[in-house]
Amino acid sequence: MKARIRKIVVVVEETRREMGRPVEPPTRRAAAIAVIENPFAGRYVADLGELIDIGEELGALLAERALAALGVAGPQAQSYGKAAAVGEDGELEHAAAILHPKLGAPVRKALGKGAALIPSSKKRGGPGVPFDIPLGHKDAAFVRSHFDGMEVRVADAPRANEIVVAVALTDSGRPAPRIGGLKASEIKGEDGLR
Amino acid sequence: MPSVELRKRIVTIEEIFHEGGPRAATPYRRAAILCVLRNPFAGRYVENIVGFSDDLKPLGLEMAHALIKALGGDAGAIQGYGKGAIVGAAGEIEHGALWHAPGGYAMREALGGAKAIVPSTKKVGGPGARLDVPITHINASYVRSHFDSIEVGIADAPRADEIVLILAMTTGPRVHARAGGLKLEEISGQDGLR
Repeated sequence: MKARIRKIVVVVEETRREMGRPVEPPTRRAAAIAVIENPFAGRYVADLGELIDIGEELGALLAERALAALGVAGPQAQSYGKAAAVGEDGELEHAAAILHPKLGAPVRKALGKGAALIPSSKKRGGPGVPFDIPLGHKDAAFVRSHFDGMEVRVADAPRANEIVVAVALTDSGRPAPRIGGLKASEIKGEDGLR
Repeated sequence: MPSVELRKRIVTIEEIFHEGGPRAATPYRRAAILCVLRNPFAGRYVENIVGFSDDLKPLGLEMAHALIKALGGDAGAIQGYGKGAIVGAAGEIEHGALWHAPGGYAMREALGGAKAIVPSTKKVGGPGARLDVPITHINASYVRSHFDSIEVGIADAPRADEIVLILAMTTGPRVHARAGGLKLEEISGQDGLR
């Protein structure tokens, strides 16, 4: 493995009540988070190929971990998202290199499908910085019940020379969706949008 | 006593491979389970609250078993533990104290009779409040390699009328433990201390 991983954190959230009303079945979302060394910390490097390859490795690893945490088979996952927090000696471009070119393909492979864009966010910050992973339906980005987000953080990361990389998967939408829009039951799931 | 009304449950697992030193042969793992429930005493002073402690016992046991399962399912692999509570702003610290007995009882029971006191901490806080849950060895509090803690918190909890109850477990010493003191192989494990 190219990635030098210091730590993996897996978080599962299960919501059983919202505004006093039971959520049945509970909505669940899981984030798998890796803390890796940033090979380019502290200097400008033009070719970010190593980070791009690391993104591919992490896509497979983190999708597998998040699925295992949810305890469902890939096709049962409903929405996804990805995000990275770069330590202070790195650039946002380092996060971009991990997230955008190659991370998505192995995630989609683990899920069996995934026609929609994987929503993402990135930031730079110190240890413990909270970051919000945007979530969207995996096959149709316009499914309104599945627009969501999950805040995660790792208390001791990223150190200055580290990057925290997260993939989030759910088996459900928001706990009490009622704002209309495209329903999951109505999608074609071919173009990634509807 | 009032019923236990759960809104949300979170399980978080950290797998630590190294912290700048040699890579661990077996990664060190620490995990926490957090349950968000309605505080039945929020917003007013209630004198007689202690019965709620008994009502929390089944939840405690469920949490302890879920945490062991999250760490691989083998109770024999658990070496450290701790517990904590975050009380929402309309409650009092005393409400968090109700967790001492059922939280401790649950982990001892699930671990087959651990000897050491379960270290704990608690606070009153708003949504997103963080808590550093102290952790010590399950049979001998003075084992220095196992002194640890795990920071936890939930972005949207506790609301004013909620309580977050927390249990934490670990699978070994700190990843680069080398600060001396009582060693695991030196304990008698009878009095819970040494």
